[in-house]
Parts: sequence; C-alpha cells; structure tokens
Amino acid sequence: MTEPLTAAQPQPLVDLRGMSVEFPGVKALREVDFRLFPGEVHALMGENGAGKSTLIKALTGVHAPSAGRITLDGAPVSFTGPAQAQAAGISTVYQEVNLCPNLSVAENILLGREPRRLGAINGRAMRARAARLLGRMGLTIDPASALGNHPIAIRQLVAIARAVAVDARVLILDEPTSSLDTDEVDELFRIIRVLRDDGVAVLFVTHFLEQVFAISDRVTVLRNGSRVGEYDTARLTRIELVSAMIGRELGALAEVERRTGDRHAAPTPLLRAQGLGRTGAIAPFDLDLHAGEVVGLAGLLGSGRTELARLLFGADRADTGRLLLDGRPLRLRSPRAAIARGIAFSSEDRKAEGLVTDLTVRDNMILALQAARGWARQVPRRTADELVATYVERLDIRPADPDAVVATLSGGNQQKVLLARWLITRPRLLILDEPTRGIDVGAKAQLQRVIADLAAEGMAVLFVSAELEEVVRISDRIVVLRDRHKVAELSGAGAGVDEVLELIASGRTTAEVGGR
Amino acid sequence: MNRRLLWPALALVALLVLNLVVTPSFFELRIRDGHLFGSLVDVLRNGAPTVLIALGMTLVIATRGIDLSVGAVAAIAGAVACTHLAGGGDAVTGMVLALLVCAVLGLWNGFLVAVLGIQPIIATLVLMIAGRGVAMLLTEGQIVTVDDDVFRQVGAGFVVLPVAILISLAVLGGVALVTRRTALGMLIESVGVNPEASRLAGVRARTIIWTVYVFAALCAGIAGLMISSNVNAADANNAGLWIEMDAILAVVIGGTLLTGGRYSLLGTLLGALTIQTLTTTVYTIGVPPTATLVFKAAVVIVVCLLQAPRGAPVPRREPEVVGS
Repeated sequence: MTEPLTAAQPQPLVDLRGMSVEFPGVKALREVDFRLFPGEVHALMGENGAGKSTLIKALTGVHAPSAGRITLDGAPVSFTGPAQAQAAGISTVYQEVNLCPNLSVAENILLGREPRRLGAINGRAMRARAARLLGRMGLTIDPASALGNHPIAIRQLVAIARAVAVDARVLILDEPTSSLDTDEVDELFRIIRVLRDDGVAVLFVTHFLEQVFAISDRVTVLRNGSRVGEYDTARLTRIELVSAMIGRELGALAEVERRTGDRHAAPTPLLRAQGLGRTGAIAPFDLDLHAGEVVGLAGLLGSGRTELARLLFGADRADTGRLLLDGRPLRLRSPRAAIARGIAFSSEDRKAEGLVTDLTVRDNMILALQAARGWARQVPRRTADELVATYVERLDIRPADPDAVVATLSGGNQQKVLLARWLITRPRLLILDEPTRGIDVGAKAQLQRVIADLAAEGMAVLFVSAELEEVVRISDRIVVLRDRHKVAELSGAGAGVDEVLELIASGRTTAEVGGR
Repeated sequence: MNRRLLWPALALVALLVLNLVVTPSFFELRIRDGHLFGSLVDVLRNGAPTVLIALGMTLVIATRGIDLSVGAVAAIAGAVACTHLAGGGDAVTGMVLALLVCAVLGLWNGFLVAVLGIQPIIATLVLMIAGRGVAMLLTEGQIVTVDDDVFRQVGAGFVVLPVAILISLAVLGGVALVTRRTALGMLIESVGVNPEASRLAGVRARTIIWTVYVFAALCAGIAGLMISSNVNAADANNAGLWIEMDAILAVVIGGTLLTGGRYSLLGTLLGALTIQTLTTTVYTIGVPPTATLVFKAAVVIVVCLLQAPRGAPVPRREPEVVGS
C-alpha cells in the first residue's frame, strides 16, 4: 500500500487538523486531517456514512466541529455558515443542483451579486459578465436563455460557473457526476482541469473509481468517520484504493461459525432471477437463492447493490427478466405482494425507509404483520405482546420496553427492531440491505450471529453490506457487483477478501464510467 | 393527562372562568319539558358541527393531508337534503342521499390525493371552490327553505340534550373505538409518519388515505345536515363557510401536528370546544363585532405559543446524523 504522504508541497491552501464532529450519540468525524493544495484536484472517497459530507460541511461552516482547527492560506479561520466560507473563497456545488430553472443562465450565475446601475439590475452588464465566466470555462451557452431549457448536465456546469463566479479559490464538488453520462462527465472534467490550471483547488467527491483515476491528483480516503490515508493517485492502485475504502475492519468481531455442507440439497431454488434488470439501476442478472443459505452481495457504493435487492422485493419494478418462486413465475407489483409470498426486505436507509420514528417499539415491530392482515383484523394485543417480548429477548433489544418510542433507541437497537419486524412475518427469504451500517461492533456481532442462526433454521438470506470482511465471513456464496453489473459469483468456501477485492476493483468495464 | 392536552384544556377552563365572571349564570343548567338548557349546552350544540368536521380532519391530517373542501361538502349535503325535501321527498331518504353524495365527494378527494398524488391542499382546494358552485346549482341560487319535523330533529331536536350533541358524541365514540380497537389508527399514524417505510412494510397506504378522505367528507355531510336543519334551509353560499379553518385550528390546538403522525381525538374535541367557547365568549363579554376576528386570532395565537415547545431555539445547524 502506498504510504500516506507526509510533506509534499510547502503550503496547503486548506489545512484541517484533528477535525471532529459529533452528533447526539454519534461521532461522525474523528480527528480527521485533511489538506488541499492550490492547483490540484483532490478526490475524497469513502462509503456511505464514512463522513465525506460531514467533512465538507465542517469545512464550509455548516456543522460546528467539536474539536480541530481549519487554516486557510496559513491563517486560522472559523466559519459559522456557508455564506462566510464562500466569502472566503470556498464554493460548494452540491449533488442536487440548487438553481432556479425559471431564471436565465446569467441570473442564476450572478444571483445575489447582480451588477447594478442606479439601484436597478443592469441586465446587459450581467449577461456580459456571465458570458465571460462561461467563456473562461469554454462553454457556449446563451446567458439570456432560461436555465430550465437546458439539460441537467448543462445546469451542473452552470452551477459550477456560479460557484467560481465569486473568485473561488477552493471549489468543492459533491458527487457532481452522479446524474451525468459519459460525454457529460468528460466535459465536466475538461472544465475541472481548466479551473485547476488556473490555480483553483478542487475537492471532488465521487464514488466512481474510474473518475478518481481519470481526474484526481491526490486522494483522501475516509472510513467510519476516520481518515484512512492520503495518497498520490499516480502511485495508487485500484485495489489499494478499494481496500482502503471497504477493506479490513480491525474490529473485535466474534468469529461467526461458518456452516458448510449440503445446503443445496433442494434442487429448485427458493427464488430465481432470470435476466432481471432495471434500466439505470442494475443490468440484467441471474441469481438463485436457496433455503438455508446466506448469499452476500459485495460491491462499492453505486455498484447496484441496493437496486438489485429492491428488485427482488418489488420495491422497484423490473423492466426486463423474470422471477421464479419455487420454480413458478412470480410477478411482483408491490412490496405487499412480495411480503405475501414470504419475502422480507430491510432497507439500508433506516430512517427514511424503515422506522416509523414516532411510533413505539411494539407498533414498529408488528407493522408488517399488521399490514399483511389488513386494518380490520388487529393483531390481538396478547399475541403482539408475546411476539414483541420474544424478539426483544432473542435480539437483545435495549431498553426492553415495548412502549418506548423507537426514535429514542440507539442505531443498533433500531436495526434490531426492524429485523424483528420482518422475522415476525416468518419470511422464507430475508433481504438485509446494510443491516450493520452505523451500529457499534457489539451489535454487529450479535446481528451476524442471528443471521447465521436464521439460515441454519432454513431461511434464505440475502446479505448486502459495504464491509467486505463481514460479507465474506457470513456468506455461503458471494455475488460481486461492479458498475451496476453482476460480475462474479463465488462460493464462500473459496472466497477470500483479496479475491473479492480484486473483482470489485478490476477495471475491466471501463466503458461504464458514468455508471449507466 | 397527556402533556399535549394540558394547554388546550387550560385555555378552555380559562375561557369558561372568564365567562363565569362576566355572566354569573353561565354554568346554570335548567330542565324544561325534559330538555336541558343553559349556556354550556348552547356552546356544545353550536360547536357540534365543528367537532364533527374536526374529527374527520384529524384523521386526514394524521396522514399528512389536509381537507379544505369540508365546508363546501357541508353546503352540498344541506342542499341535497333540502332540495329533496322541497321536491316533496322523504326526510330520511333525503339525508341518506346527501351522505351518499358526500361519500362520492370524499372518494374524489381521495382519488386526487392517493392515486394521482396531488398535494392534498391543492387537491381539496378544487372541491372547496367547485363545491359551493355545485351547491348553488342544486339550489338554483336560492335559499331553499323546508319544513319537516324529522329533518328538524338533526339540528334542533332534543333528547334531553340537543340531538346534534348526541350525534357528535356518538361519532367521536365510534371513531375512537374503530381506530383504537382495530389497527386503523396505528396504520394511519404509520402512513403519516413515514409513507415510504409503510409502503415497504406492506401497508396499503392508498386505501388508508382514501378511507380518511371519505370519512372526512361523511363527517362534513352530517355537519352540513345539522347546519341546514338548524335553520330549516339550505344556504349554498353561507352554510359551513370557513368551518374548515375552525376545524383545522381545532386539530392544531388539540396537539395533532400538521406534519402528520400521532393524533389525538380527545385533543381535537378540546380544541373544537375551545374555539366554540371563544366564539360565545366574544358575545358574552361584549367584544365589538368589528373586533371579533382580531380577538379570536389573538387568543388562538396565545394558545399556540403556549403549546409550542420552548427552551429549544430553532436549530440552525442540521441535526442529521448520516455522514457522507
């Protein structure tokens, strides 16, 4: 592995030392150092929850750091908001373009900084200035045209023009390419290089490996809120980068007992996907899931992990291919249909797609069972209490209070509540999308053990995780995804972390830079 | 008592005490001809339509929705019943017919919100505007007066207590029973708190949303019958005018958040009674009619401020936890 750089250039433009950001109950950033030099493109990499956005927000004054300091051009600074950061020359372009489609391109670029004459906005001067800025970036867009008439890629570029219009010395691009196709990405990169050659320091957040190697000079990798390292892109291999992002977790995780043997006894898979796919989400894939087997899904963020899982549950509809349940064709029109057939899906996004935060632990646990029965047939209170008590004990949920509002529980316990919600429905196939994200090591080990037990009892489990070690440890079979394609399937006995890393990192499908 | 109900309850008590001070006979109840009379009974009777509509509104708001059309629906219910009666029809048939029409109107609102996915405030605005027009068409622009003993009972009848009060209490009891004895209440809250999580858990959100809009329209229909029965006439322009605002206010004062989720039927009842007592108070303490609305607004603002969570200033920094 490449050694972290120690001293390269003399004076970084932006220097973060020992930055920590805490939210109630969570350390989102732990003593992170970060340096940005003028005239470089610096990629910030990491999985979901690694702390990329938090780092950016700490730098731009959105979040107040609990420790650490920021120096800009050698002078210590402390921003209380993005406006202050921008005034100091740090501009940010967010993933979702925050522009006004009903205004003209020129108005968008200079919004709030319009050239004025006698108090009124000077339209001609504004268009001229916008044209100059666009010209500097090599863009030929009519500044007077309405922004809404341009495709999303152009809007992205206009957003960048807006960001550099304030004489930005630091330009932060937060996943600017996620909605662009390959040509558009090339255009964006061309502009980034122009700005870089002008001496602008560009901080570039992406989860596409190809783009990191195509555009960046240096890379900083974060994992679980800590900095893993700072690397020279030219001296970094793909596999080193991937293992820095998702590789070996040095946790005190208890070894989960690996079961091997005759678990493929049943000739017909429980669920079989044939050429199942959805445009823009996941390329058509084949997959068999057997009862009593844990299948792991490995791949980077954006590789199509979640998308694949959602198709199997009917959360999104497939537009090609078909599903067979017990050998019989199955059409999933909705999650409800999937649940009725014994398929359960716990989303990666606990807050947005899992918990009903204002309700109690009991209500959250019986929600799926109750929904399946319909509103008129209430789960009898005694049955509900028994089920809840059973799973509170089995999953060691704390506090063991069914009437606690679920929002007050810790992340790990919330995750267990969601798991219980699905176990109560007695599913045949359990799809768990990142069930261990953002929870502490002890809870992680408990969940892994439960999953192993469930499989031993005959449940089919599809286990999605960003942490490779974890996938390798508990899976009987591992499906590897890259750039929204299924690229390999390994049987657990033979699969090691290194082999999977190799598959994830290898750049064989370089054509899919844009990820679609 | 639930802490959320404390302030509306105190506000109600304060208003009642104020009335007692100004009008010492305010709490007096007399029985005449087997009927209970008194200022308190009047408050309850006049407030019955608001209570009913606010009950329907509570469930709609719990699903993150809102129903602006209830006032217009009330007017339509009165218009249907009265034109049926004026045409020589039977009172019971007329009222059933009116409620059927309201159910259809509720289905329409539910269709716009649950199936077409239009924002509730816009979707129900359609019927709020158009509904008065429909009522006008039914009554041909006239105030249709009727004279029917059965119909009169709904708004002006007595069985010891005014029938209108009994109906409202019965509906309140019925809703409380249905939502808490079945899983409807929990599923309504679940859809209101997190629609996407509910969908992924297999909740039929669409059916639930549809149900609450139909229920709200039925409540509005019964309220409309009360209003028009009370005056023996259908007034397309003025029946139930602005009652949707009183109902929304009652729900909010009762502690149910406009952002959906947990709701309180008891809170809504308290809220509706507070508003009605306030209206009565305005007359008893002799606020000049020109200042009535300002006075009401002032009291409402005070109640809402008392209720608002204090100690915590509006967070300027985002409280989100998820990094990256």
